[in-house]
Amino acid sequence: MHNLTIKQMSEKLHSGEITSVQLTQHYLDRISQYDGDLNAFVTVTPELALSMAEAADQKIAAGDAELLTGIPIAHKDIFCTDGIKTSCGSKMLDNFIAPYDAHVVTLLKKIGMPILGKTNMDEFAMGSSSESSYYGPTKNPWDHKAVPGGSSGGSAAVIAAGLAPLATGTDTGGSVRQPASFCGITGIKPTYGAVSRFGIIAYASSFDQAGPLTRSAEDSAWMLNAMAGFDERDSTSLEREKTDYTAELGQSLKGLKIGVPAEYFGAGLDPEVETVIRTAITEVEKLGGEVVEVHLPNKDLAVPAYYVLAPAEASANLSRYDGVRFGYRCDQPQDLEDLYKRSRSEGFGEEVKRRIMVGAYALSAGYYDAYYVKAQQLRRMVRDDFTKAFESCDVIMGPVAPTSAFNIGEKSDDQVSMYLNDLYTIPVNLAGLPALSVPAGFANNRPVGLHIVGPYFSEAKLLNIGHQFQQITDWHKQMPAQYQ
Amino acid sequence: MSWEVVIGLEIHAQLTTKSKIFSGASTAYGAAPNSQACAIDAGMPGMLPVLNHAVLGKSIMLGLALDAELGMRSVFDRKNYFYPDSPKGYQTTQMDFPIVGQGKLEIELEDGRKKVIGVTRAHLEEDAGKSVHGIVPGQTGIDLNRSGTALLEIVSDPDMSSAKEAVAYAKKMHELVQYLGICDGNMQEGSFRVDSNVSVRRPGEPLGTRAELKNINSFKFIEKAIEIEIERQIELIESGGKVVQETRLYDSEKDVTRSMRTKEEANDYRYFPCPDLLPVIITEADVEAVRVVMPELPDAKRARFVSEFNLSDYDAAVLTGSRAMAEFFEKVVALTDAKDPKLCANWATSGFSAALNRDGLSIENAPVSAEMLAGMISRLIDNSISGKIAKQVFDAMWQGEGSADEIIESKGLKQITDTGAIEALVDEVLANNPDQVEAYKGGQEKMMGYFVGQIMKASGGQANPGQVNKLLMTKLKS
Repeated sequence: MHNLTIKQMSEKLHSGEITSVQLTQHYLDRISQYDGDLNAFVTVTPELALSMAEAADQKIAAGDAELLTGIPIAHKDIFCTDGIKTSCGSKMLDNFIAPYDAHVVTLLKKIGMPILGKTNMDEFAMGSSSESSYYGPTKNPWDHKAVPGGSSGGSAAVIAAGLAPLATGTDTGGSVRQPASFCGITGIKPTYGAVSRFGIIAYASSFDQAGPLTRSAEDSAWMLNAMAGFDERDSTSLEREKTDYTAELGQSLKGLKIGVPAEYFGAGLDPEVETVIRTAITEVEKLGGEVVEVHLPNKDLAVPAYYVLAPAEASANLSRYDGVRFGYRCDQPQDLEDLYKRSRSEGFGEEVKRRIMVGAYALSAGYYDAYYVKAQQLRRMVRDDFTKAFESCDVIMGPVAPTSAFNIGEKSDDQVSMYLNDLYTIPVNLAGLPALSVPAGFANNRPVGLHIVGPYFSEAKLLNIGHQFQQITDWHKQMPAQYQ
Repeated sequence: MSWEVVIGLEIHAQLTTKSKIFSGASTAYGAAPNSQACAIDAGMPGMLPVLNHAVLGKSIMLGLALDAELGMRSVFDRKNYFYPDSPKGYQTTQMDFPIVGQGKLEIELEDGRKKVIGVTRAHLEEDAGKSVHGIVPGQTGIDLNRSGTALLEIVSDPDMSSAKEAVAYAKKMHELVQYLGICDGNMQEGSFRVDSNVSVRRPGEPLGTRAELKNINSFKFIEKAIEIEIERQIELIESGGKVVQETRLYDSEKDVTRSMRTKEEANDYRYFPCPDLLPVIITEADVEAVRVVMPELPDAKRARFVSEFNLSDYDAAVLTGSRAMAEFFEKVVALTDAKDPKLCANWATSGFSAALNRDGLSIENAPVSAEMLAGMISRLIDNSISGKIAKQVFDAMWQGEGSADEIIESKGLKQITDTGAIEALVDEVLANNPDQVEAYKGGQEKMMGYFVGQIMKASGGQANPGQVNKLLMTKLKS
């Protein structure tokens, strides 16, 4: 059952061949069989999942169902879920149960998608390996020595291992696409503002954007249809007409101008990854695409700009975790200052504390202009690079990450090297553009994703390119042997 | 050697919006702790602010009233600091791009001179919650009901040079925001809070170090606090000390100010634009929409009362002291067909206002409405009752005994205007007081008052005093 596409699953549910309860139970069984080792879930919610599945079956029987009704889902533990712990991968929120649902959760609940549980992640989404979670690292289903990527590593691993058909993720600097690449699955970060941030625990508000993690581009299109749309509770939500992200699936790629930036293939890129990406681009050419050379001259400014701006926003976003109203509170505080200092020192992990300090420093008196203001200027330069590039191409293709998945522990002591793993994904977040990662092969026996970046609101086009690519390749159908 | 005093005020005016600036929670005062704080006000994870657009019109209105530059593009910033009543760990406010820019406000000094005080800016921000002590012994409670309430912080230029000027400015601003209907002005409930920045210097020298006086909730105490702070600073400098930049609290019982926190302990607020909120764009059409509904401002109303109703400057000033009183007065004038605005002014400023003050009531909940007062004044104008009877009628109306006409009817208070009846009374009194009549004729003209009193008494106060006077004169001179 876990090898079906979402559309096939839906057809079987609607025809009565299977029930949502059976489908949900199938995934719950796989979770109990595999997750002990994989550690992809922070919380599994079998009773809730099955009761939601029963309700979904009734909905289907009543003829009141949508395509995704009855299809179970796993939510990254950054989406607030009414009545279920939302930890954000942190000791700080280990005891936090939100009395509300994130907007995305509300939408998917309404459709009738049983919630299997909440997936592991880097603490407060700060990381590229899911190792910074308070709940321990998630393993890469393709190789348990490897990281699944991050921060949505739990969601990516769950999809790769077939422990859920669909999962939500968030992408602040590559947190959907990089784990999708590392785990050999499909993930899309939509245009900033396409999906409501309401109820998603904030890391860096001007970058955070939720997206689906799925087995195929087609699955992502269906799921994005359900997740996206204007929400008046998020002031940065885009007030646009509802988009059908499946609308372009099936269109020919003839004449598609593929921008390939020379800057993407320089030093630091693993040669095996380069081979995979160049081969994949050749495949798209076979579908009618034409490669054009484009330039993103300010690409190298993106990571430094991001590591000023995102921590700056985070330093304020995470101030609310002070031990006063919710979350972790230190034992026996002596006074207010002691309460603040110890609750935050003990409740946050190292990487979170590092970014809060970096961010507070960048905003502090005397440094604001040199760091924060400068970084905003770089952000505009990076965005302008893309605008210029899209004058001569329809989409930009390249690697998602310079390497395939690295080993657990390999980069733990070298944060800069970890940060540089996001050099291809971060510019896209700085610009707020949509971008897709689709599995395109293997490097060093670990999966590699092809990165497809488009202009604002080009999600339907990106998903069709991924879909067409997946019509002539079968990377997305492959599963690690032990999980088949 | 003389000293120059420099004062600037920061006024926090709570805007009269039903819901908070970034959430849908109610802003009503006095509810049970935390009953009016939603997840957004409590800074819960994943919650996002959405601007309550009602604050924009109110801000524009103040900007127009202050003849200020409007911030057609204003930006919300985060002001970072930790405090238990600040649930997000930052306050959302406006730093570099406030919604109201440089403006001005004219005040009148005690000697009647006018002075223009610059208004640097006014910006929108959210209020914090409150720490509550004493409910749980040894612990502090947090009440977030006020958290997220919309405030306009109105910052003056350092243009005031005495406590009296500062208070005149604060009062003028207080009157203005209430006129505009953008703030209820309730100082006890904290809807209008004045912080004073006070410094002294020798003439010609650069500005001295300032101290900020916070949380003073009456004009009287603001004036006293500033005065003693000026004295404290002068004494300190003259005795060789130095003023430090700090926040000071005024203790009204001991009549001293004392240090709350010094600048060294103050935070670096690390302001930056709030990424959860888009810049606020105001269009010319938005401004026009506010301009057409702008109420008449106090100064204009005052001038019009003098010219249109022939009132004294003093009466006009008293009547326009609050928008409610001015509207009450105009309603009474209109209902009496503007036959005697001066009489309406007298009743509004004396009898009616005195009763309000005595019973601690406001115009809205007074037992005598504008219609009722107008009804009574109409009877004065048509001579049905005398001024003296009117006081009796007014008191009865205040006690809820009915309208003026009903009271006049039921108590038989209609004025005696029948010349025959009054003549009979005059004759009777003169006949009963021959000695006094003699005295009058002998040159003691003050006897006139005695006769009038006796006649009015005999009539039960209902004789028309004008007619009594006239008849008396005739009789006595005959």
